[in-house]
Parts: sequence; structure tokens; C-alpha cells
Amino acid sequence: MRNTWSIFKRELGSYFSHPIAYAIIIVFILISLGLTFSFGQFMRSGDASLDGPFFFWHPWIYMLLAPAVGMRMWSDEQRSGTIELLGTFPLSPWAAILGKFLAAATVWLIAVGLTFPVWITANILGDPDNLTIFSGYLGSYLVCLTFLAITMLVSAFTRDQVVCLIVAVSICVFMVLCSYDDVIRELSNVAADWIVEPIVSIGVWDHFRSLMRGSFRVLDFVWFVSLISACLLGTSAILSAKRA
Amino acid sequence: MIEVTNLTKQFGHKKAVNDLSFTVKKGEVLGFLGPNGAGKSTTMRVVTGFLPPTSGEIRICGLSMVDQPEEAKKKIGYLPESAPLYDGMSVRGFLRFCADMRGLSGSAKAEAVDRAIETCFLQTVHRQAIDTLSKGYRHRTCLAQALLHDPEVLVLDEPTDGLDPNQKHEVRNLIKRLGKDKVILFSTHILEEVEAACTRAVIVDQGRIVADGTPDELKAQSGSDSLYDLFRKVTTTDTAPAKASADA
Repeated sequence: MRNTWSIFKRELGSYFSHPIAYAIIIVFILISLGLTFSFGQFMRSGDASLDGPFFFWHPWIYMLLAPAVGMRMWSDEQRSGTIELLGTFPLSPWAAILGKFLAAATVWLIAVGLTFPVWITANILGDPDNLTIFSGYLGSYLVCLTFLAITMLVSAFTRDQVVCLIVAVSICVFMVLCSYDDVIRELSNVAADWIVEPIVSIGVWDHFRSLMRGSFRVLDFVWFVSLISACLLGTSAILSAKRA
Repeated sequence: MIEVTNLTKQFGHKKAVNDLSFTVKKGEVLGFLGPNGAGKSTTMRVVTGFLPPTSGEIRICGLSMVDQPEEAKKKIGYLPESAPLYDGMSVRGFLRFCADMRGLSGSAKAEAVDRAIETCFLQTVHRQAIDTLSKGYRHRTCLAQALLHDPEVLVLDEPTDGLDPNQKHEVRNLIKRLGKDKVILFSTHILEEVEAACTRAVIVDQGRIVADGTPDELKAQSGSDSLYDLFRKVTTTDTAPAKASADA
């Protein structure tokens, strides 16, 4: 516990002493809010629930930006050799994995959290169900955490940050596209059900959409949490396998 | 103390360490000599718990590194070959982080960091960012982190690598001083260092121990009272196959 906290502090400090955290936060806010007011047609649609105008864009933004935060997680340590320090300190491998994951998650929590003005705006202009909006934020953040966990797993495989970024982005793009309505329709035209269904189940849309609309289904939480846990477990396995 | 018994470490088909056994007791400074690629760093990485052994046993002060890694790692201070550091941090910040990792807190942490800075002569740079330091200071910062928790066992991989003659002298003296009541294992290419700092030395070649004894015993073994000659005699060079085919 103490060790997780120490590593979390160090990592978070490291994010904010480089331009990366600031760049991600600013870019995310600009793009997400920019899209809300332009293509999202927030003002014209008059929809105070923020579903369509605001939350809809998040998976598309995360699939490209989340790996940019996570790509240096393990690649940096392996490249600079500090992994040898971490590996010889008296800490369990989980302390490092959790500490790093939580630090990246905190950077994104700040980025997502700083979009609160749009929530206030919706309340001023209309009368939205705030619980639904909160649920939308939760779903959005869970998608982000899932992509971070995937990036962490990929980062454990390789020393090269760029390779990590490309592979992680590809996986995240696949997960966003494969359950998007238009893509599903195209796929069903081309392939049989038994091929389409497993592909769709890997995708984030179904689970994200139900949270976006305010329904807290246990199945959605189970999906997100199992995927995140599987990636963290996989990271632990890869890191120890690399040394054996 | 360090007890290594029948240690083998294999990477795929290659045996980097082949059935190595040695012991280092308190008050002993063991020098690990050998050509590049002999298995010195690999041995140290297994002893410190960074790599798991393929077979064999490692005991640190009676604790098994395989079965009780966290407890065993608490006893060791390790300076890796590349002297890795977190570039974005200041020297003091880095040492404070390492002190956290070592379970130190509060005034004990502050004292340990101050002591380590003093022992390694980092007073002039302790507030500087690590990526602005020269090689000598980087090396000493990494050495400082190994000393923070006043460990019983020190494992130093090429501790004087890349240092200037003055710095080499300081580090060797430090090793001698610390060696009086600690267990020290350090690796080096520099034969005069063996005489300067070690109580015993071991020559490793292709994963095996090929010579073992005090510096005087080893010099006697060479027949010409020279460690250099003994080293040349008992180790294989990696130019040997090329030379053989050139002669043929």
C-alpha cells in the first residue's frame, strides 16, 4: 500500500513535470468541447442531456489520446534501466503496476473533470437529469481507463514508445469501431452472425451507451472491470515472463 | 551474508551462468572479475532478485531470494551497471523516493538522505536535476541510493566505471571502509582495483568460476606474480575463434 502510494506520487509528479499531462488535458478539453458545440450541435439540438452533443465523442477521442498518456509507462523504465531499480526494491510487482495505472488514471480524471463547465451550462440552459449526466461521465471515464489498461499491457511488451502507441491505438480503434452501429450493419451484410457477435462483444459502444443513457447495468461494470483487471494481470505476467 | 549455490541462469539456449557457487561473509569484499559477457552482471541480477534463477539457490542473510524475495531484497543495496536514474527528478527528490521504497519515513528518511548525500559527496548538486549531472555525479547518485537504508549487503556492478582517477580513488576507499562491517560484492574489469579494495576475488569466464582466492593467492597462482597474467591465462578471449581461422 505504502509502496503503491510512493510510486503513484512519483509517476504523477513525472507527468506534470513534462509537457505531456498539460498537452493531453488542454487538447482533450479543446477537442471535446469544440466538437460539442460544432458537430455536436449542442445549442441547435437543445438537448440538455449531453448524450449526443458531448459524451458521444469521447470514445473517439480516447482511442487516439489515451495511449499517448500510457505509452511511456513501462517503455521508459525498460529503456532507461530504472526497471532494474524497481525490480530490486522490496516491493511487490503489483505496487508498481497499480501505482503507474492510478497515476495515468488521475491525469485523465483531471482532464475529464475539467469539462465540468459544460455540465453547468446544460443546467443553466435546460433541466437535465443530473444523475444521467453523472452516469455518462462514469461511462466515459471507464472507457478511458479501459484504453489506458490496454496501453499499459502493450507498453510492457515493448521498449519502443512509438510501437506501443501504434499498437495500442490500433487495438483501441478496433474496439471503438467494431461495435459502432454503422460498422455492425456493414459486417452483418458480409459475415455470418457467429462471426459478427463475438467481434461486437469486444467493442465498447454497447456498454458505454447504456451508461450514457443513465442505466447502471451490473453487466457493464463487470465488462469494464474485468477487461481492466485482465490487462493489469497480463502486464504482471509479461513483466515476469520477460525476465525468466 | 551471500550464499550462492549451484546457480544456473539460462536465456533460451545460452547458459549465461553455469553452476556457479560462492559465499561472501560479513567483513568480506569479494571482487568479481571476468571478461565481458562472462556472466558477472547476470549473476548480480540474480543475486539481487531482478532475474529469477533457472536453477540453484540464493540466500541473503539466510533468506531465500526465490521464496522470500521481499524480505531478502530489504537486506541488499544494489548499484546496477548502467547506474539508472529518473532523469526528471532532482538528486534529493530521487533519493527521497528511494528512501520511501526502502520503507523509511519522517526524520529517519531525512537523516538517511542527508547521510547518503554526504557519503557520496553530492552536497554541491543535491538540488540539481539529474539530467544535468555529469557521469561521475550520476554514478554517485545511484550509489547513494544503494546506501540509504544502511544495508547489510552491497552489490555493486562496476562501481568505478567511467569515473575519473580521483573519483575512482574515493569510491575504492568507500568500499574498503564499508567492507569492514558489511558484505560487499562488486564486479570490475580493473585489476588494480582488486588489490586496492578486495579481500577476496573470483575470476569468472563463460558462466563458470575459473579462479578463486585472495589477491595474493591469485597472484601466486599466475606464476609471474601478476593478476593480469593469471586473467589472460584462465579466461578465453572472444577473438580466439577468429584468430584460429586466420591462422589456419
